Amino acid sequence: MINSQNIHDGAPIRRRSGRQRRKQLAGLLFIAPALILVATFFVIPLGMAFWMSLHNWPLLGRPRFIGFGNYIRLTQDAQFWSSMRFTVYYTVIVTIAIFAVAFPLALFAEKAHRFTKFYRTAFFLPVVVGFGSASLLWAWLLDVDSGLFSPAAEYLGLMTTRINLLADFDTTFWSIIIMVVWKTAGFNMIILLTGLQGISTEVQEAARIDGASSLQRFRRITLPLMRRTIALALILSVSGSMLAFDQFYIIADGGPQNRTVTAVYWIFSQSFGSFRLGYGAALSMVLLVILVFISVVQLRLLRNPEGM
Amino acid sequence: MSARRSASARHLFASLRYNGLGIIAAFLFLAPLAWSVLVSFKPSVEARQPPLPPWPVGGFSVQSYENLAKYGAGIWTYTGNSLTVALATVVASVVVSLLAGYGFSRFHFPFKNVLFVLIISTVMIPFQSILTPLFLILTKLGLQNTLTGIVLVYVTLQLPFSIFMMRNAFDAVPKEIEDAARVDGASIFAVLYRIMLPLVLPGVVTVAIFAFLASWNEFLAALILLTDQNKYTLPVLMAAVRSGQFGTIDWGAVQSGVTLMMAPCLVLFLGLQRYYIRGLTAGAVK
Repeated sequence: MINSQNIHDGAPIRRRSGRQRRKQLAGLLFIAPALILVATFFVIPLGMAFWMSLHNWPLLGRPRFIGFGNYIRLTQDAQFWSSMRFTVYYTVIVTIAIFAVAFPLALFAEKAHRFTKFYRTAFFLPVVVGFGSASLLWAWLLDVDSGLFSPAAEYLGLMTTRINLLADFDTTFWSIIIMVVWKTAGFNMIILLTGLQGISTEVQEAARIDGASSLQRFRRITLPLMRRTIALALILSVSGSMLAFDQFYIIADGGPQNRTVTAVYWIFSQSFGSFRLGYGAALSMVLLVILVFISVVQLRLLRNPEGM
Repeated sequence: MSARRSASARHLFASLRYNGLGIIAAFLFLAPLAWSVLVSFKPSVEARQPPLPPWPVGGFSVQSYENLAKYGAGIWTYTGNSLTVALATVVASVVVSLLAGYGFSRFHFPFKNVLFVLIISTVMIPFQSILTPLFLILTKLGLQNTLTGIVLVYVTLQLPFSIFMMRNAFDAVPKEIEDAARVDGASIFAVLYRIMLPLVLPGVVTVAIFAFLASWNEFLAALILLTDQNKYTLPVLMAAVRSGQFGTIDWGAVQSGVTLMMAPCLVLFLGLQRYYIRGLTAGAVK
Protein backbone atom coordinates (compact mmCIF):
# COMPACT_ATOMS: atom_id res chain seq x y z
CA MET A 1 0.00 0.00 0.00
CA ILE A 2 2.75 2.36 0.93
CA ASN A 3 4.65 1.42 -2.19
CA SER A 4 1.74 2.15 -4.48
CA GLN A 5 1.50 5.62 -2.97
CA ASN A 6 5.18 6.27 -3.43
CA ILE A 7 4.79 5.87 -7.15
CA HIS A 8 2.60 8.98 -7.23
CA ASP A 9 5.16 11.07 -5.37
CA GLY A 10 6.60 13.56 -7.79
CA ALA A 11 4.57 12.12 -10.65
CA PRO A 12 3.25 14.61 -13.23
CA ILE A 13 -0.31 14.14 -12.05
CA ARG A 14 -0.24 15.68 -8.58
CA ARG A 15 -3.44 14.22 -7.29
CA ARG A 16 -3.02 14.32 -3.56
CA SER A 17 -5.85 12.35 -2.10
CA GLY A 18 -7.10 13.09 1.39
CA ARG A 19 -5.73 9.78 2.49
CA GLN A 20 -2.27 10.59 1.33
CA ARG A 21 -2.31 13.89 3.17
CA ARG A 22 -3.46 12.08 6.28
CA LYS A 23 -0.47 9.77 5.95
CA GLN A 24 1.88 12.75 5.66
CA LEU A 25 0.33 14.23 8.75
CA ALA A 26 0.68 10.91 10.59
CA GLY A 27 4.37 10.81 9.73
CA LEU A 28 4.87 14.32 11.09
CA LEU A 29 2.97 13.45 14.24
CA PHE A 30 5.25 10.47 14.83
CA ILE A 31 8.35 12.62 14.76
CA ALA A 32 6.72 15.59 16.54
CA PRO A 33 7.82 14.70 20.11
CA ALA A 34 11.42 14.36 18.94
CA LEU A 35 11.23 17.64 17.04
CA ILE A 36 9.76 19.52 20.00
CA LEU A 37 12.52 18.22 22.28
CA VAL A 38 15.31 19.06 19.86
CA ALA A 39 13.86 22.52 19.23
CA THR A 40 13.32 23.34 22.92
CA PHE A 41 16.43 21.81 24.42
CA PHE A 42 18.92 22.13 21.61
CA VAL A 43 18.14 24.54 18.77
CA ILE A 44 16.75 27.37 20.90
CA PRO A 45 19.53 27.11 23.53
CA LEU A 46 22.06 27.16 20.73
CA GLY A 47 20.62 30.40 19.34
CA MET A 48 20.39 31.79 22.87
CA ALA A 49 24.01 30.93 23.56
CA PHE A 50 25.09 33.11 20.67
CA TRP A 51 22.68 35.89 21.69
CA MET A 52 23.93 35.76 25.27
CA SER A 53 27.54 35.90 24.14
CA LEU A 54 26.82 39.42 22.81
CA HIS A 55 25.68 40.61 26.24
CA ASN A 56 26.92 41.39 29.66
CA TRP A 57 24.56 38.89 31.27
CA PRO A 58 24.56 38.58 35.06
CA LEU A 59 22.58 35.80 36.76
CA LEU A 60 20.23 38.38 38.28
CA GLY A 61 19.58 41.78 36.80
CA ARG A 62 19.21 43.11 33.30
CA PRO A 63 21.46 41.90 30.47
CA ARG A 64 23.29 44.68 28.60
CA PHE A 65 24.15 44.43 24.90
CA ILE A 66 27.89 44.85 24.35
CA GLY A 67 28.36 43.50 20.82
CA PHE A 68 31.54 41.52 20.49
CA GLY A 69 32.90 42.85 23.78
CA ASN A 70 33.05 39.39 25.34
CA TYR A 71 34.98 38.04 22.39
CA ILE A 72 37.47 40.88 22.57
CA ARG A 73 37.86 40.28 26.28
CA LEU A 74 38.56 36.60 25.91
CA THR A 75 41.53 37.28 23.66
CA GLN A 76 43.10 39.04 26.67
CA ASP A 77 42.02 36.44 29.22
CA ALA A 78 45.22 34.70 30.33
CA GLN A 79 43.37 31.89 32.11
CA PHE A 80 41.32 31.21 28.95
CA TRP A 81 44.45 30.80 26.85
CA SER A 82 46.17 28.69 29.44
CA SER A 83 43.05 26.47 29.67
CA MET A 84 42.96 26.10 25.89
CA ARG A 85 46.66 25.28 25.79
CA PHE A 86 46.26 22.77 28.58
CA THR A 87 43.22 21.16 26.93
CA VAL A 88 45.06 20.73 23.64
CA TYR A 89 48.15 19.40 25.42
CA TYR A 90 46.01 16.93 27.36
CA THR A 91 44.15 15.88 24.19
CA VAL A 92 47.35 15.15 22.28
CA ILE A 93 49.01 13.20 25.08
CA VAL A 94 45.94 11.22 26.13
CA THR A 95 45.08 10.29 22.54
CA ILE A 96 48.58 8.98 21.90
CA ALA A 97 48.52 7.10 25.20
CA ILE A 98 45.08 5.58 24.50
CA PHE A 99 46.20 4.36 21.07
CA ALA A 100 49.45 2.99 22.44
CA VAL A 101 47.39 0.78 24.74
CA ALA A 102 44.23 0.15 22.70
CA PHE A 103 45.99 -1.04 19.53
CA PRO A 104 47.93 -3.88 21.20
CA LEU A 105 44.75 -4.77 23.10
CA ALA A 106 42.78 -4.98 19.85
CA LEU A 107 45.45 -7.17 18.22
CA PHE A 108 45.43 -9.33 21.35
CA ALA A 109 41.63 -9.54 21.52
CA GLU A 110 41.35 -10.47 17.85
CA LYS A 111 43.05 -13.82 18.35
CA ALA A 112 40.77 -16.82 18.68
CA HIS A 113 41.78 -18.39 21.99
CA ARG A 114 39.62 -20.11 24.50
CA PHE A 115 39.60 -17.21 26.98
CA THR A 116 39.66 -14.31 24.49
CA LYS A 117 36.08 -13.38 25.25
CA PHE A 118 36.84 -13.12 28.97
CA TYR A 119 39.85 -10.87 28.32
CA ARG A 120 37.83 -8.64 26.00
CA THR A 121 35.15 -8.21 28.65
CA ALA A 122 37.74 -7.50 31.34
CA PHE A 123 39.43 -4.80 29.26
CA PHE A 124 36.07 -3.26 28.48
CA LEU A 125 34.50 -3.14 31.96
CA PRO A 126 35.93 0.27 33.02
CA VAL A 127 34.22 1.80 29.96
CA VAL A 128 30.72 1.24 31.32
CA VAL A 129 31.59 2.82 34.67
CA GLY A 130 30.85 6.53 34.56
CA PHE A 131 33.61 9.15 34.41
CA GLY A 132 32.30 10.46 37.72
CA SER A 133 32.61 7.09 39.48
CA ALA A 134 35.98 6.40 37.88
CA SER A 135 37.27 9.80 39.00
CA LEU A 136 36.08 9.24 42.58
CA LEU A 137 37.72 5.82 42.55
CA TRP A 138 41.05 7.20 41.33
CA ALA A 139 40.89 10.22 43.62
CA TRP A 140 41.07 7.67 46.43
CA LEU A 141 43.82 5.57 44.82
CA LEU A 142 45.84 8.79 44.44
CA ASP A 143 45.23 10.03 47.98
CA VAL A 144 48.43 10.48 49.96
CA ASP A 145 47.16 9.07 53.27
CA SER A 146 44.47 6.53 52.44
CA GLY A 147 45.27 5.78 48.81
CA LEU A 148 47.21 3.05 47.09
CA PHE A 149 50.00 4.42 44.92
CA SER A 150 52.03 6.61 47.26
CA PRO A 151 51.86 4.28 50.27
CA ALA A 152 52.60 1.26 48.05
CA ALA A 153 55.62 3.00 46.54
CA GLU A 154 56.87 3.83 50.01
CA TYR A 155 56.19 0.29 51.22
CA LEU A 156 58.12 -1.19 48.31
CA GLY A 157 61.00 1.15 49.02
CA LEU A 158 60.66 3.06 45.74
CA MET A 159 60.28 6.30 47.66
CA THR A 160 61.62 7.30 51.04
CA THR A 161 58.59 9.38 51.95
CA ARG A 162 55.02 9.47 50.75
CA ILE A 163 54.58 11.98 47.97
CA ASN A 164 51.24 13.73 47.50
CA LEU A 165 50.74 13.01 43.81
CA LEU A 166 48.09 15.70 43.53
CA ALA A 167 50.35 18.48 44.83
CA ASP A 168 52.50 18.63 41.71
CA PHE A 169 51.38 19.39 38.17
CA ASP A 170 53.25 16.61 36.41
CA THR A 171 52.27 13.83 38.78
CA THR A 172 48.64 15.04 38.75
CA PHE A 173 48.63 15.22 34.96
CA TRP A 174 50.17 11.78 34.38
CA SER A 175 47.98 10.18 37.03
CA ILE A 176 44.91 11.46 35.21
CA ILE A 177 46.31 10.29 31.87
CA ILE A 178 46.72 6.78 33.31
CA MET A 179 43.22 6.87 34.74
CA VAL A 180 41.68 7.95 31.41
CA VAL A 181 43.63 5.31 29.49
CA TRP A 182 42.39 2.70 31.96
CA LYS A 183 38.84 4.00 31.54
CA THR A 184 38.71 4.36 27.74
CA ALA A 185 41.23 1.92 26.20
CA GLY A 186 38.55 -0.80 26.04
CA PHE A 187 36.25 1.44 24.03
CA ASN A 188 38.94 2.16 21.47
CA MET A 189 39.89 -1.50 21.45
CA ILE A 190 36.36 -2.44 20.34
CA ILE A 191 36.33 0.20 17.59
CA LEU A 192 39.74 -0.94 16.32
CA LEU A 193 38.62 -4.55 16.59
CA THR A 194 35.75 -3.95 14.16
CA GLY A 195 38.32 -2.59 11.71
CA LEU A 196 40.66 -5.54 12.22
CA GLN A 197 37.86 -8.02 11.68
CA GLY A 198 36.96 -6.27 8.44
CA ILE A 199 40.31 -7.24 6.92
CA SER A 200 39.96 -10.48 5.01
CA THR A 201 42.11 -13.31 6.29
CA GLU A 202 42.96 -14.24 2.70
CA VAL A 203 44.91 -11.02 2.22
CA GLN A 204 46.91 -11.67 5.39
CA GLU A 205 47.40 -15.28 4.44
CA ALA A 206 48.59 -14.41 0.93
CA ALA A 207 51.13 -11.96 2.37
CA ARG A 208 52.33 -14.56 4.84
CA ILE A 209 52.86 -17.11 2.05
CA ASP A 210 54.76 -14.45 0.12
CA GLY A 211 57.11 -14.32 3.08
CA ALA A 212 56.05 -11.05 4.76
CA SER A 213 56.97 -10.90 8.44
CA SER A 214 54.27 -10.12 10.97
CA LEU A 215 55.66 -6.60 11.43
CA GLN A 216 55.63 -6.05 7.66
CA ARG A 217 52.09 -7.36 7.44
CA PHE A 218 51.01 -5.00 10.22
CA ARG A 219 52.61 -1.97 8.56
CA ARG A 220 51.77 -2.73 4.93
CA ILE A 221 48.37 -4.41 5.21
CA THR A 222 46.71 -3.95 8.60
CA LEU A 223 47.43 -0.25 9.08
CA PRO A 224 46.48 0.94 5.56
CA LEU A 225 43.29 -1.12 5.48
CA MET A 226 42.32 0.24 8.88
CA ARG A 227 42.71 3.89 8.00
CA ARG A 228 39.00 4.59 8.22
CA THR A 229 38.63 2.90 11.59
CA ILE A 230 41.72 4.58 12.97
CA ALA A 231 40.45 7.97 11.78
CA LEU A 232 37.16 7.33 13.54
CA ALA A 233 38.72 6.22 16.84
CA LEU A 234 41.17 9.11 16.63
CA ILE A 235 38.51 11.74 16.19
CA LEU A 236 36.19 10.29 18.83
CA SER A 237 39.12 10.44 21.23
CA VAL A 238 40.10 13.97 20.23
CA SER A 239 36.60 15.43 20.48
CA GLY A 240 35.96 13.62 23.77
CA SER A 241 39.22 14.84 25.28
CA MET A 242 38.69 18.44 24.16
CA LEU A 243 35.54 18.40 26.33
CA ALA A 244 37.16 16.80 29.38
CA PHE A 245 35.82 18.00 32.71
CA ASP A 246 34.77 15.36 35.27
CA GLN A 247 38.19 13.92 36.04
CA PHE A 248 39.89 17.33 36.40
CA TYR A 249 37.08 18.69 38.56
CA ILE A 250 36.72 15.64 40.81
CA ILE A 251 40.30 14.43 41.12
CA ALA A 252 42.34 17.63 40.91
CA ASP A 253 39.83 20.46 41.48
CA GLY A 254 41.64 22.22 38.63
CA GLY A 255 44.83 22.30 40.66
CA PRO A 256 47.57 22.58 41.50
CA GLN A 257 47.50 26.36 40.97
CA ASN A 258 44.65 26.16 38.41
CA ARG A 259 47.01 24.44 36.01
CA THR A 260 44.65 21.57 35.18
CA VAL A 261 41.65 23.79 34.40
CA THR A 262 40.31 22.58 31.03
CA ALA A 263 38.28 24.62 28.54
CA VAL A 264 34.95 23.25 29.77
CA TYR A 265 36.10 23.76 33.35
CA TRP A 266 36.86 27.43 32.67
CA ILE A 267 33.47 27.92 31.00
CA PHE A 268 31.85 26.24 33.99
CA SER A 269 33.61 28.40 36.55
CA GLN A 270 33.00 31.64 34.62
CA SER A 271 29.30 30.85 34.11
CA PHE A 272 28.40 29.22 37.42
CA GLY A 273 31.19 30.30 39.73
CA SER A 274 31.47 33.98 38.80
CA PHE A 275 27.99 34.09 37.18
CA ARG A 276 29.29 35.88 34.11
CA LEU A 277 26.81 34.12 31.85
CA GLY A 278 27.45 36.25 28.77
CA TYR A 279 31.17 35.77 28.98
CA GLY A 280 30.72 32.04 29.58
CA ALA A 281 28.53 31.90 26.47
CA ALA A 282 31.24 33.59 24.39
CA LEU A 283 33.79 31.02 25.63
CA SER A 284 31.28 28.30 24.77
CA MET A 285 30.90 29.59 21.22
CA VAL A 286 34.67 29.41 20.71
CA LEU A 287 34.76 25.83 21.98
CA LEU A 288 31.73 24.97 19.84
CA VAL A 289 33.39 26.25 16.67
CA ILE A 290 36.49 24.17 17.40
CA LEU A 291 34.45 21.02 18.02
CA VAL A 292 32.27 21.48 14.94
CA PHE A 293 35.44 21.97 12.92
CA ILE A 294 36.75 18.66 14.27
CA SER A 295 33.45 16.96 13.38
CA VAL A 296 33.52 18.33 9.84
CA VAL A 297 37.07 17.05 9.41
CA GLN A 298 35.84 13.73 10.75
CA LEU A 299 33.03 13.51 8.19
CA ARG A 300 35.45 14.39 5.40
CA LEU A 301 37.90 11.71 6.47
CA LEU A 302 35.22 9.08 6.85
CA ARG A 303 33.59 9.81 3.50
CA ASN A 304 36.87 10.04 1.67
CA PRO A 305 39.50 7.90 3.34
CA GLU A 306 41.97 8.65 0.55
CA GLY A 307 42.03 12.26 1.74
CA MET A 308 44.12 11.34 4.75
CA MET B 1 57.95 -38.10 16.71
CA SER B 2 60.22 -35.44 18.08
CA ALA B 3 59.02 -32.97 15.45
CA ARG B 4 55.44 -33.48 16.57
CA ARG B 5 56.40 -33.15 20.21
CA SER B 6 58.27 -29.89 19.63
CA ALA B 7 55.31 -28.55 17.64
CA SER B 8 52.94 -29.26 20.50
CA ALA B 9 55.47 -27.82 22.96
CA ARG B 10 55.61 -24.67 20.89
CA HIS B 11 51.84 -24.58 20.86
CA LEU B 12 51.75 -24.92 24.63
CA PHE B 13 54.32 -22.20 25.03
CA ALA B 14 52.36 -19.81 22.76
CA SER B 15 49.19 -20.53 24.70
CA LEU B 16 50.94 -19.94 28.03
CA ARG B 17 52.36 -16.68 26.78
CA TYR B 18 48.99 -15.54 25.44
CA ASN B 19 47.15 -16.33 28.64
CA GLY B 20 49.94 -14.98 30.80
CA LEU B 21 49.75 -11.63 29.04
CA GLY B 22 45.96 -11.78 29.12
CA ILE B 23 45.81 -12.39 32.85
CA ILE B 24 48.24 -9.56 33.62
CA ALA B 25 46.33 -7.12 31.41
CA ALA B 26 42.95 -8.25 32.74
CA PHE B 27 44.26 -7.78 36.28
CA LEU B 28 45.35 -4.20 35.52
CA PHE B 29 41.89 -3.35 34.19
CA LEU B 30 39.89 -5.14 36.86
CA ALA B 31 42.03 -4.41 39.93
CA PRO B 32 40.91 -0.79 40.52
CA LEU B 33 37.26 -1.86 40.35
CA ALA B 34 37.86 -4.75 42.75
CA TRP B 35 39.97 -2.57 45.07
CA SER B 36 37.16 -0.05 45.41
CA VAL B 37 34.52 -2.70 46.13
CA LEU B 38 36.81 -4.41 48.68
CA VAL B 39 37.66 -1.25 50.62
CA SER B 40 33.97 -0.38 50.84
CA PHE B 41 33.51 -3.48 53.03
CA LYS B 42 36.31 -2.65 55.45
CA PRO B 43 35.59 -1.25 58.91
CA SER B 44 35.82 2.57 58.91
CA VAL B 45 39.12 2.75 60.77
CA GLU B 46 40.74 0.28 58.41
CA ALA B 47 39.33 2.06 55.32
CA ARG B 48 41.29 5.16 56.34
CA GLN B 49 44.54 3.22 56.00
CA PRO B 50 46.19 2.44 52.65
CA PRO B 51 44.43 -0.59 51.11
CA LEU B 52 47.26 -3.08 51.64
CA PRO B 53 46.16 -5.81 51.60
CA PRO B 54 43.07 -4.88 49.56
CA TRP B 55 40.67 -7.19 51.41
CA PRO B 56 39.18 -6.45 54.84
CA VAL B 57 41.57 -7.69 57.50
CA GLY B 58 39.50 -6.73 60.52
CA GLY B 59 36.45 -8.58 59.20
CA PHE B 60 33.74 -7.78 56.72
CA SER B 61 31.84 -4.61 57.62
CA VAL B 62 29.07 -2.39 56.24
CA GLN B 63 30.16 0.61 58.33
CA SER B 64 31.14 2.57 55.24
CA TYR B 65 27.67 2.04 53.80
CA GLU B 66 26.12 3.21 57.06
CA ASN B 67 28.28 6.35 56.90
CA LEU B 68 27.34 6.84 53.25
CA ALA B 69 23.67 6.59 54.18
CA LYS B 70 23.95 9.61 56.50
CA TYR B 71 25.08 12.25 54.00
CA GLY B 72 22.66 15.13 53.44
CA ALA B 73 19.10 13.99 52.94
CA GLY B 74 20.10 10.33 53.18
CA ILE B 75 21.39 7.98 50.51
CA TRP B 76 17.91 6.68 49.70
CA THR B 77 16.88 10.11 48.51
CA TYR B 78 19.87 10.38 46.19
CA THR B 79 19.66 6.79 44.94
CA GLY B 80 15.96 7.42 44.36
CA ASN B 81 16.77 10.60 42.41
CA SER B 82 19.33 8.78 40.27
CA LEU B 83 17.03 5.83 39.64
CA THR B 84 14.08 8.07 38.82
CA VAL B 85 16.16 10.10 36.38
CA ALA B 86 17.70 7.04 34.73
CA LEU B 87 14.48 5.05 34.39
CA ALA B 88 12.47 8.06 33.18
CA THR B 89 15.20 8.79 30.63
CA VAL B 90 15.06 5.17 29.47
CA VAL B 91 11.27 5.14 29.07
CA ALA B 92 11.07 8.56 27.41
CA SER B 93 14.00 7.84 25.08
CA VAL B 94 12.46 4.56 23.99
CA VAL B 95 8.99 6.04 23.39
CA VAL B 96 10.19 9.15 21.56
CA SER B 97 12.74 7.33 19.40
CA LEU B 98 10.36 4.45 18.68
CA LEU B 99 7.79 6.90 17.31
CA ALA B 100 10.34 8.99 15.45
CA GLY B 101 12.18 5.97 14.07
CA TYR B 102 8.88 4.58 12.76
CA GLY B 103 7.94 7.96 11.28
CA PHE B 104 11.26 8.41 9.54
CA SER B 105 11.34 4.83 8.27
CA ARG B 106 7.79 4.39 7.02
CA PHE B 107 6.25 7.76 6.15
CA HIS B 108 6.83 10.42 3.56
CA PHE B 109 6.37 14.05 4.47
CA PRO B 110 7.87 17.40 3.52
CA PHE B 111 11.45 18.07 4.73
CA LYS B 112 11.80 14.52 6.02
CA ASN B 113 15.47 14.18 5.17
CA VAL B 114 16.32 17.69 6.34
CA LEU B 115 14.68 17.04 9.70
CA PHE B 116 16.45 13.70 10.07
CA VAL B 117 19.83 15.22 9.32
CA LEU B 118 19.06 18.12 11.68
CA ILE B 119 18.35 15.77 14.58
CA ILE B 120 21.32 13.51 13.88
CA SER B 121 23.73 16.41 13.41
CA THR B 122 23.08 17.76 16.92
CA VAL B 123 25.57 15.10 17.98
CA MET B 124 28.33 17.27 16.49
CA ILE B 125 27.58 20.13 18.84
CA PRO B 126 28.94 19.73 22.36
CA PHE B 127 26.13 20.04 24.90
CA GLN B 128 28.69 21.58 27.26
CA SER B 129 28.43 24.76 25.21
CA ILE B 130 24.65 25.22 25.69
CA LEU B 131 24.35 24.49 29.40
CA THR B 132 23.89 28.12 30.42
CA PRO B 133 20.91 28.75 28.10
CA LEU B 134 19.50 25.36 29.10
CA PHE B 135 19.65 26.52 32.70
CA LEU B 136 17.71 29.70 31.79
CA ILE B 137 15.14 27.82 29.66
CA LEU B 138 14.47 25.29 32.39
CA THR B 139 14.06 28.17 34.84
CA LYS B 140 11.52 29.82 32.47
CA LEU B 141 9.61 26.55 32.18
CA GLY B 142 9.64 26.13 35.96
CA LEU B 143 11.72 22.97 35.52
CA GLN B 144 15.04 24.17 36.91
CA ASN B 145 16.01 22.06 39.93
CA THR B 146 13.51 19.37 38.99
CA LEU B 147 14.21 15.81 37.95
CA THR B 148 11.74 16.26 35.06
CA GLY B 149 13.88 19.04 33.66
CA ILE B 150 17.08 17.04 33.66
CA VAL B 151 15.30 14.01 32.20
CA LEU B 152 14.11 16.12 29.26
CA VAL B 153 17.67 17.33 28.70
CA TYR B 154 19.08 13.78 28.85
CA VAL B 155 16.43 12.45 26.47
CA THR B 156 17.26 15.22 24.00
CA LEU B 157 20.99 14.48 24.23
CA GLN B 158 20.32 10.78 23.58
CA LEU B 159 17.99 11.44 20.63
CA PRO B 160 20.50 11.45 17.75
CA PHE B 161 21.77 8.01 18.74
CA SER B 162 18.34 6.63 19.71
CA ILE B 163 16.57 7.78 16.55
CA PHE B 164 19.41 6.60 14.36
CA MET B 165 19.24 3.15 15.97
CA MET B 166 15.46 2.93 15.76
CA ARG B 167 15.17 4.09 12.17
CA ASN B 168 17.72 1.45 11.15
CA ALA B 169 15.79 -1.15 13.14
CA PHE B 170 12.54 -0.28 11.34
CA ASP B 171 14.29 -0.14 7.97
CA ALA B 172 15.39 -3.74 8.48
CA VAL B 173 11.78 -4.95 8.82
CA PRO B 174 10.20 -5.87 5.45
CA LYS B 175 7.26 -3.61 4.57
CA GLU B 176 5.10 -6.58 3.58
CA ILE B 177 4.72 -7.62 7.22
CA GLU B 178 2.88 -4.52 8.29
CA ASP B 179 1.05 -4.21 4.96
CA ALA B 180 -0.54 -7.57 5.67
CA ALA B 181 -1.63 -6.40 9.09
CA ARG B 182 -2.99 -3.14 7.71
CA VAL B 183 -5.06 -5.06 5.16
CA ASP B 184 -6.57 -6.91 8.07
CA GLY B 185 -7.78 -3.53 9.30
CA ALA B 186 -5.46 -2.92 12.25
CA SER B 187 -4.82 0.74 13.21
CA ILE B 188 -1.40 2.34 12.87
CA PHE B 189 -0.75 2.13 16.61
CA ALA B 190 -1.92 -1.46 16.81
CA VAL B 191 0.48 -2.35 14.01
CA LEU B 192 3.32 -0.47 15.70
CA TYR B 193 2.68 -1.99 19.12
CA ARG B 194 1.65 -5.55 18.26
CA ILE B 195 3.55 -6.30 15.05
CA MET B 196 6.52 -3.94 14.81
CA LEU B 197 7.62 -3.62 18.45
CA PRO B 198 8.57 -7.29 18.83
CA LEU B 199 10.54 -7.10 15.58
CA VAL B 200 12.56 -4.03 16.60
CA LEU B 201 13.01 -5.12 20.22
CA PRO B 202 16.81 -5.59 19.93
CA GLY B 203 17.05 -1.94 18.86
CA VAL B 204 14.86 -0.90 21.78
CA VAL B 205 17.11 -2.78 24.21
CA THR B 206 20.18 -1.03 22.78
CA VAL B 207 18.53 2.39 23.06
CA ALA B 208 17.46 1.60 26.63
CA ILE B 209 20.94 0.49 27.78
CA PHE B 210 22.64 3.59 26.38
CA ALA B 211 19.96 5.87 27.84
CA PHE B 212 20.38 4.25 31.26
CA LEU B 213 24.16 4.38 31.34
CA ALA B 214 24.33 7.95 30.02
CA SER B 215 21.78 9.38 32.45
CA TRP B 216 22.90 7.33 35.47
CA ASN B 217 26.52 8.42 35.01
CA GLU B 218 26.14 11.99 33.72
CA PHE B 219 27.83 14.56 35.92
CA LEU B 220 28.29 18.07 34.47
CA ALA B 221 24.68 18.83 33.44
CA ALA B 222 23.40 17.44 36.74
CA LEU B 223 25.95 19.54 38.63
CA ILE B 224 24.72 22.71 36.90
CA LEU B 225 20.99 22.08 36.58
CA LEU B 226 20.34 20.56 40.02
CA THR B 227 21.39 23.12 42.63
CA ASP B 228 19.03 22.04 45.41
CA GLN B 229 20.90 19.50 47.54
CA ASN B 230 17.80 17.32 47.90
CA LYS B 231 17.65 16.90 44.12
CA TYR B 232 21.26 15.76 43.67
CA THR B 233 21.90 12.59 41.72
CA LEU B 234 24.55 10.17 43.02
CA PRO B 235 27.52 11.52 41.02
CA VAL B 236 26.80 15.10 42.18
CA LEU B 237 26.40 13.98 45.79
CA MET B 238 29.60 11.95 45.76
CA ALA B 239 31.59 14.76 44.15
CA ALA B 240 30.33 17.04 46.95
CA VAL B 241 31.46 14.47 49.53
CA ARG B 242 34.86 14.24 47.85
CA SER B 243 35.29 18.01 47.83
CA GLY B 244 34.79 18.04 51.59
CA GLN B 245 31.35 19.69 51.64
CA PHE B 246 30.25 17.19 54.27
CA GLY B 247 33.36 17.47 56.41
CA THR B 248 36.49 15.32 56.43
CA ILE B 249 36.56 12.90 53.52
CA ASP B 250 35.61 9.39 54.55
CA TRP B 251 37.21 7.37 51.77
CA GLY B 252 35.46 4.18 52.79
CA ALA B 253 32.11 5.92 52.40
CA VAL B 254 33.19 7.43 49.08
CA GLN B 255 34.13 3.99 47.74
CA SER B 256 30.86 2.51 48.95
CA GLY B 257 29.19 5.26 46.92
CA VAL B 258 31.39 4.37 43.94
CA THR B 259 30.41 0.72 44.33
CA LEU B 260 26.75 1.71 44.46
CA MET B 261 27.16 3.76 41.27
CA MET B 262 29.16 1.11 39.41
CA ALA B 263 27.01 -1.91 40.28
CA PRO B 264 24.03 -1.33 37.96
CA CYS B 265 26.34 -0.40 35.06
CA LEU B 266 28.40 -3.56 35.40
CA VAL B 267 25.35 -5.80 35.86
CA LEU B 268 23.56 -4.23 32.90
CA PHE B 269 26.60 -4.55 30.69
CA LEU B 270 27.43 -8.14 31.65
CA GLY B 271 23.80 -9.16 31.20
CA LEU B 272 23.17 -7.40 27.89
CA GLN B 273 26.68 -7.19 26.44
CA ARG B 274 25.55 -8.23 22.96
CA TYR B 275 23.12 -5.32 22.63
CA TYR B 276 25.61 -2.88 24.08
CA ILE B 277 28.43 -3.78 21.69
CA ARG B 278 25.97 -3.73 18.78
CA GLY B 279 24.96 -0.18 19.63
CA LEU B 280 28.58 0.85 20.06
CA THR B 281 29.73 -0.45 16.70
CA ALA B 282 26.56 0.62 14.83
CA GLY B 283 26.68 4.10 16.31
CA ALA B 284 30.39 4.51 15.80
CA VAL B 285 31.07 2.80 12.51
CA LYS B 286 28.20 4.15 10.40
